[in-house]
Amino acid sequence: MSSKPNSPAESAAKKKTKTKAKISAEPKSAKKPQTKQMKTGAQIIVDTLIEQGVDTMFGYLGGVVLPLFDRLYDAPINFIIPRHEQGGCHMADAYARASGKVGVVVATSGPGACNLVTGLATAMMDSIPIVALTGQVRTTLIGNDAFQEADTTGITRPVTKYNCIVKDVKDLARTIREAFHIASTGRPGPVLIDIPVDVQVEKCDTSEPAELALPGYKIKPHGNSRQISQAAAAINKSEKPVLYVGGGVISANASKELTAFAEKSHLPVTMTLLALGCYDQSKPESLDMLGMHGSAYANYAVQQADCLIAIGARFEDRVTGKIKAFAPNAKIIHIDIDPASISKNVHVDIPVVGDAKVILTELTKEVEFRQRKEWFAKIAEWKKKFPFRYDNNSSVIKPQYVVEEICRQTKGKAIIATGVGQNQMWAAQFYKCSVPRQFISSGGLGTMGFGLPAAIGAQIAMPNATVIDIDGDNSFNMTMTELSTAVQYKLPIKVCILNNGYMGMVRQWQELFYNKRYAMSHIENPEYEKLAKALGAEGFMVDKKADVAAGVKRMLDEKKPCVADFRVEPEENVWPMVPAGKGIHEMDGLDILESMA
Amino acid sequence: MKHIISALVENKPGVLAHVAGMFAARAFNIDSLVVGRTEDINLSRMTIVVIGDDKVVEQVRKQLAKIVPVVKVQDFVGQPVVARDLMLIAISAPAAKRPEIFALIEMFKGKVVDIGVKLVMVEISGPEAKIEAFINVCKPYGIKSVARTGTIAMPRQI
Repeated sequence: MSSKPNSPAESAAKKKTKTKAKISAEPKSAKKPQTKQMKTGAQIIVDTLIEQGVDTMFGYLGGVVLPLFDRLYDAPINFIIPRHEQGGCHMADAYARASGKVGVVVATSGPGACNLVTGLATAMMDSIPIVALTGQVRTTLIGNDAFQEADTTGITRPVTKYNCIVKDVKDLARTIREAFHIASTGRPGPVLIDIPVDVQVEKCDTSEPAELALPGYKIKPHGNSRQISQAAAAINKSEKPVLYVGGGVISANASKELTAFAEKSHLPVTMTLLALGCYDQSKPESLDMLGMHGSAYANYAVQQADCLIAIGARFEDRVTGKIKAFAPNAKIIHIDIDPASISKNVHVDIPVVGDAKVILTELTKEVEFRQRKEWFAKIAEWKKKFPFRYDNNSSVIKPQYVVEEICRQTKGKAIIATGVGQNQMWAAQFYKCSVPRQFISSGGLGTMGFGLPAAIGAQIAMPNATVIDIDGDNSFNMTMTELSTAVQYKLPIKVCILNNGYMGMVRQWQELFYNKRYAMSHIENPEYEKLAKALGAEGFMVDKKADVAAGVKRMLDEKKPCVADFRVEPEENVWPMVPAGKGIHEMDGLDILESMA
Repeated sequence: MKHIISALVENKPGVLAHVAGMFAARAFNIDSLVVGRTEDINLSRMTIVVIGDDKVVEQVRKQLAKIVPVVKVQDFVGQPVVARDLMLIAISAPAAKRPEIFALIEMFKGKVVDIGVKLVMVEISGPEAKIEAFINVCKPYGIKSVARTGTIAMPRQI
């Protein structure tokens, strides 16, 4: 992220150096008494946000943020009011994921701030840059259990990259600049600033520019050149390499560099859920997603690889399966901006700490093309034998078929948001992405209810794109109130509910590991068609396989927010599946996949 | 293995909570943690004693360094360091036993800082092993209470 040109933090830094130079250029003797610029805290917040390049914000009002909202009323900022702060936080998150900018969300004290927690934790786990501003009760009341008081910094500390409370209006501008810098550089993440209401009202002189003061925050983007050469040598020597790519490559805007590197050294590429889109899945070298519900060919390749090159990925348990059995024969190279990610879960042979874009550029210079005929032949064989597949012979609608149809009709060009669970895995398996920031999903935290607000945030970031939330019925139920937000802002988002009447992934585990005892995993759903219409959106239901293609077309053609309720096979499973505690080569369901050939 | 980790942190509210919270969230065990001012008014030093294998302690070090207001982290393992604990200990000391107790205190270079009818309070500092040894030799007399600072440390040849 740090090398991204024109990032808000960078342009702010540039601006500042300019002002600084100007000041020092003035002869000291001619020191004019500077005209004081008195501003309220609220005005300072708005001015600093604009200075940081913010033109869109999400958030909800409340008592102790009224001074701020009064200033926002006239500001050149597109302000989106969700129906719940959690929705607002997911919107800011997806806005950041889709645009590469920092997402900004505001909430009031107490319940408002508490409602951000799930959204912040989601962004924290997936390293998404968000700046959250919360109101706080006046400084003299802090600690008194005042109305709508909560220890916001205490509650959000574990789910933010950094947070703080500003008790002096003089610290406000600097702290906001620091927040944008911290959120958007290094390994990105959410930053929260808690601002008591009296600090928003107090005035201070803003004529002196406030410098960043972060002695403990250093980013090293360049990487150790000796380690880069070691990595290149290991790759050049490798007969059976696999490139394992994570969301860090997307945050580093290094998709092009990744592709150039993979092509020059001729490597097969597998992606995590968060990395989908950063390498074109239509290329023959793409192994698609790896891990628990990843492709058999990716998992086999990783397990047999002699060299695994991990970039911006963190060896999460859903990727590695049984950690001791993961990539047993591979020399492991790990490139990451976060030193703490290296050798956290898996022992790394060659670590390179730095920015993915910078390191990939350097690495590309040092690698050589190798044919690796046998290795690619082996991979082609696995790809042929175990593609993602489903049985489409029954008369019932298969969820995978709906996803495939969406992919076909949108030519793989839509922005896809997802819920969490089976719907998410089918979207990942059957929607083939080709560009970064196209697939928007809560990976690390697995936040059900993310899909709809994420689609809204993405649509606001990309007004001309087709944005589709491929959702589950229960994920949708969690945040469906945000449909009303989509209506208010006239966003043409599409919600495709793969409605199976179950918490699908939970039901799948109950089927496989709890003897089909479907404890509490069935929910009576509302009639989504009527619900959508009541909220001012469009809605319809499809329950015949023959109507799926027309249903998808109708959904895509709709100008209003649209909910398409596809009644799919209730007990369909996601295959393949690596059961918990098994190595990723020990997949269940391969026989089922083979029998469909 | 025991590691003494020294972290220079910004002197700001919430830093201790952040550090302590990180230890709890990642299930690292703290043996002792001492915070105090340094020569620089803007910085505090935390000296944290952690027991764990090298891999765990390496993670502790990295996770600490990742906390924004943490400026610098050092693990003193394998380095010559001066490490000291300070203890106040109240020992039951009836008149008849006092000569031998005072001899012990002398031997350990301790200092009697308060004296009452039944108890003496002793101030003693030194490496942890010395403190532990002193506690052990006092046990037969009866220990009323102990207050310890935990370890602070500095590398030699600075």
